[in-house]
Amino acid sequence: MIEFLTPFIIILIKVIFLTFLVLLPLVPVSVYFERRFSAVIQDRVGPNRVGLPLTLFGFKKDFHLFGLVQPMADGIKLLLKEDFTPSHVNKAFYWLAPALTVVPALITVCVVPFGSDITLFGHTESLVIADINLGPLFVFAVASLTVYGITLAGWSSNSKYPLVGGVRSTAQMISYEIALGLSIIPVLTYFGELNLTRIVEHQVDNGWLLLPLWNAYGSVFSAAYWEHSGEQWLFMIPALIAFIIFTVSIFAETNRMPFDLPECETELVGGYHTEYSSMKFALFFMGEYAAMVIGSALIVTLFLGGWSLGFGLDKHIAALEVAGFGIGGLIHMMVFGGKLLAFILFFILVRWTVPRFRYDQLMKLGWVVFFEAALINVFIAALIIAAPQLGALIITIGAIVLIAVTAAIIWVAKVSEDKTPALRA
Amino acid sequence: MNQLLPSLVFWIFAGLTLLGGIAVVALRNPVSSAMAVVTCFIGLAGLFITLSAFFVGIIQILVYTGAIMVLFLFIIMLLDLKVEKGNARSLAGIAAGLSLVAAFVIQLIGVLGANPDMEMSDAPLNKQRMVESAQLLTKESDDNPHPVGADSAIVKSLKEGSLPDVHLVGHKLFTEYNFPLQMLGVLLLVATVGVVSLSKKKSA
Amino acid sequence: MAIIKVQRPKLKFGEKIYLGALIRGFFLTMRHAVRTILGKSVGAGTLKSSGTGVTMQFPEQTWDDQLPEYYRGAPALVTDEEDRERCVSCQLCEFICPPKAIKIIPGEIPTDDKWAKVEKRPKEFEIDMIRCIYCGMCEEVCPEQAIYLRKDYLITGYSREDMVHDKKKLYEIGGKRVGLVNKWNELK
Repeated sequence: MIEFLTPFIIILIKVIFLTFLVLLPLVPVSVYFERRFSAVIQDRVGPNRVGLPLTLFGFKKDFHLFGLVQPMADGIKLLLKEDFTPSHVNKAFYWLAPALTVVPALITVCVVPFGSDITLFGHTESLVIADINLGPLFVFAVASLTVYGITLAGWSSNSKYPLVGGVRSTAQMISYEIALGLSIIPVLTYFGELNLTRIVEHQVDNGWLLLPLWNAYGSVFSAAYWEHSGEQWLFMIPALIAFIIFTVSIFAETNRMPFDLPECETELVGGYHTEYSSMKFALFFMGEYAAMVIGSALIVTLFLGGWSLGFGLDKHIAALEVAGFGIGGLIHMMVFGGKLLAFILFFILVRWTVPRFRYDQLMKLGWVVFFEAALINVFIAALIIAAPQLGALIITIGAIVLIAVTAAIIWVAKVSEDKTPALRA
Repeated sequence: MNQLLPSLVFWIFAGLTLLGGIAVVALRNPVSSAMAVVTCFIGLAGLFITLSAFFVGIIQILVYTGAIMVLFLFIIMLLDLKVEKGNARSLAGIAAGLSLVAAFVIQLIGVLGANPDMEMSDAPLNKQRMVESAQLLTKESDDNPHPVGADSAIVKSLKEGSLPDVHLVGHKLFTEYNFPLQMLGVLLLVATVGVVSLSKKKSA
Repeated sequence: MAIIKVQRPKLKFGEKIYLGALIRGFFLTMRHAVRTILGKSVGAGTLKSSGTGVTMQFPEQTWDDQLPEYYRGAPALVTDEEDRERCVSCQLCEFICPPKAIKIIPGEIPTDDKWAKVEKRPKEFEIDMIRCIYCGMCEEVCPEQAIYLRKDYLITGYSREDMVHDKKKLYEIGGKRVGLVNKWNELK
């Protein structure tokens, strides 16, 4: 019986460990960083008081911990608030919507590789819950379900601002899913792989996609590296374009700041969650941050080497053993966590730097700029992958011709359009 | 356990699919019906995944649930349809529906009865079968006019014992169905460009 | 010339592409962040910053020594140089008080008292600091210069009762004030 149950228990442990002890705590941590980082950007201090209330237990001084316990206080506050359900809402969907926003974000975690294998009690286990061959597609598929939560929240609230928020979010997420999917096609063709674990392993050996500073022949300091790294550096062009499009689309998908039209306070009160209070509101909040964490995890995994430290150090780390336990995986997990936090900080920096787009600008960016750019990028990447022997020059010329033709098409489309009067009445 | 789990998962997802399907026609609120369709699609995707067809299952969610049904919901919400009132169910409608179901069940039984060798023996994909099929895929034959390279990702993954369904679908599409695929791609591109240009506001 | 037609500014290509402004924005916010962490944000020196940003860590650091002379804090009763109560419970402040925060119960001074001539002194004098709006009307109306707005602003309490300042508390805050007192100096 135990023999039967072991794999299930291991999977259960992995689910609990990676989802509830790694991903979920990252949500309050990112909330904390959101508040502190936004504060220092605006010359403020931010929450720095809430810590361990040692004076309650008879100690002389409280321990502030830089206010790290603040998100817990926030959580307690949200839990204890009155959970008010307005009488005019559609109860069933009103209650379903918050769950539909959080659950997909938590499900997507199961394909993210958190680290290399760890060995416990002579048993080697990989630090990924479900090592399926369709990583990014799975994330997109499940993440696309988040839109139901937001849309239903907007609709079931039965009031105008949430409805507008829900409708905005639907249109926005569908539009940007296209750019999101198209933008990583070059990356996936480069790896020839949809399995995130193997994508990371490829980057361990051949350098991160955006930082190809080493490959199978050595690192930048050796001559052998330079003999074999031409294609890698050439592929930086489509990789960088893909990175920009993908990152911006993730911002739009997670309703983060430059694109947080579904909940923009200046126009829609609170957007789709206007009618929500207490823990139901907190679930929307958590869903947004969990989506942000997963988005960063995906970007880090695809473009920045996932859990790898680089420069051929990973093999030594993976081989590390303490008292028979292979702890290399845990170190890799920390590396991954560090990269993740750095990217979350970038998310926050963008939020407090870039002002909100207008809705038509958002749609234009998605459909006109990113869609076309991602398509061109697919062609460029295909050219580089299929014909590396052509050399940089010819590929550059091809890319320029491609871009010029597209620009010409866009220009023709723009000129043929009727001129709008300079000033509308 | 190995036999029990897939069948358990099958029954869960089959139940989910049927429940969703029944709810679509039973519920009177258009949004509830749309959500029931979503449930049905998710159940279907689960069924595909139990058959090891990960790619099809995930594309099912990505395309139907994540895009098409969202648009349906979008339209329903914007139209502000009220809940249908009164007894809209006529006897004729129910009878017609039931007869359709009956016809479909009879057809299903007929098809299943005509293929008695469809048993569970084929179902589990084990490593041995995969290695065998990897051998078959590399050899050119009438059934397999476009053999796979011996060191390709497909063969490697089959020998490791995991089903490279994306690679297999890709290989099939880009060899046997290359021309139709290209045509479809161009068609879709034309459609997308057309939509972009049509959606441009014509100002007076 | 009643209507001025404002043309939208023509953006240059660099401005249209938006990337330059974006990157400059990142540098701006990051500069603020780094300076704040280093305690060098604008005005940190003059504003008694706590080290992070320009914010003062309040209960530990206070603004007291920067308060201007005319600062209007909590109202309080004062005694004169001979430690006598200045208040004669004329109740003018009670009547002028806009939020009706002051409550006075006058008491008679017994005839055998040294200061029997004053006739009245407050038996009870209460200011409800929840109601007080720090307007200073009481100070202005007082004929005996017995009530002053002091510089205390940290008026806190755990209950509504805590927030009502009684006579003892008011004299404690107010302390002694030397100067002109009309009635006692028999100038009137």
